[in-house]
Amino acid sequence: MARTALPGRLIWRAARVVERITETPHAATLLLDVPGWPGHRPGQHLDVRLTAEDGYQAVRSYSIATPEDGERLAITVELLDDGEVSPYLVEDVLPGDQLEVLGPIGGHFVWEISQGGPLLLVAGGSGIVPLMAMLRHRGDAGSRVSSRLLYSARSDADLIYRVELDARAVNETGLDVLYTLTRRQPPGWHGYARRVDRAMLEEIAWPVANAPKIYVCGPTAFVETVADQLTALGHDPLAIKTERFGPTGV
Amino acid sequence: MSIISRGFRRRRAERATNRLPPGQYETKGFPVLSAGPTPHTPLDQWDFSIQVDSEIATRWTWSEFQALPREQIHTDIHCVTRWSKFDTDWVGVSLDLLLEGFEEQGSYIMAYSDGGYTANLPLEDVLGGKAWVADTFAGQPLEPEHGGPARLLVPHLYFWKSAKWVRGIALMDEDAPGFWEGYGYHMYGDPWLEQRYQGD
Repeated sequence: MARTALPGRLIWRAARVVERITETPHAATLLLDVPGWPGHRPGQHLDVRLTAEDGYQAVRSYSIATPEDGERLAITVELLDDGEVSPYLVEDVLPGDQLEVLGPIGGHFVWEISQGGPLLLVAGGSGIVPLMAMLRHRGDAGSRVSSRLLYSARSDADLIYRVELDARAVNETGLDVLYTLTRRQPPGWHGYARRVDRAMLEEIAWPVANAPKIYVCGPTAFVETVADQLTALGHDPLAIKTERFGPTGV
Repeated sequence: MSIISRGFRRRRAERATNRLPPGQYETKGFPVLSAGPTPHTPLDQWDFSIQVDSEIATRWTWSEFQALPREQIHTDIHCVTRWSKFDTDWVGVSLDLLLEGFEEQGSYIMAYSDGGYTANLPLEDVLGGKAWVADTFAGQPLEPEHGGPARLLVPHLYFWKSAKWVRGIALMDEDAPGFWEGYGYHMYGDPWLEQRYQGD
């Protein structure tokens, strides 16, 4: 298994909010400037720490949505019911506000163009975020690595990055973007309209003989199902990397 | 000296407890975190081995493992992703028993699992009634997504050390990074010292 060198010690760094972009009714992207940020690889995540005036602190992990770009990075945060950190980040934070970040964290759920393809990305809900970092990295580098994204969401209103994904699918060679909307479809919808299942994966996943690099990210039940079905189709379990957004008590 | 985030405030009731390590919050659920597909090894192909010098020194089949004396464990568990779960109940075989006769054969262990996962621990941290190979959770056979048929249980360290789908232990003279340790997580992982990442 490929390994990078051990990273140095991680430290908390001040981050300034440059912009808050509403992605869906339940998700927002925060563009951050982080002086001294050591860089990251597509798919890695970071910890965000918020400190209240009374000293109370809360820390949560978020995937990084953008490829390395100096001291600038973006996270996309999904609003969770009863959340303590996500409502602040999605609804309250304003440009100029400060928070702290620690990272990058992880290194297994990473794809760079040097790893080649074909690439299969399967996203459930906000599981799209680390996969978007991979697709942005691919597109920005002008890579033509054959890549397919299957993105499952409840409705079209819940699709994050829809406009950018459609544009990349049109403009970038070798990229296919497919959606499935599991609960509600708009009139005239031509995409899939059911939960990801074996038949869908058989249509979209590359043939086993092509040995695709596979990344699956989403809620636990989604990842379990997709990874099990891909394994049942004959894909090498060691070629399937997963990241799960469990119900970690928000 | 932390930076204050304007307008951020506590939204949860404070719990008066000394059971929660620093930086953790309590969850009632049982989140799942793993790096790849869940392995489904048939029990008739399952075994558990102790390796010394890369050779299998002893091994138990599933039925032999089932016949070993078991212990009930009631404990809190702490995940490096910051959730803690209180009052979990397990049944497992003590590593004191599985490593009997091997106590002088190394200073560290590498637990290894189906799916390629590994985790390193000091030998002394898995002896003395501190670690088990558990196959029962809350009175039921351990579910595959939580590491079944059997996982390591080392509750005094962050839970990534409690390797899911564990199939054996290799004794080592020197410490070496396991799966997550190779990606920058802490070599030891004491939740009370908040040893999450390398250098903590």
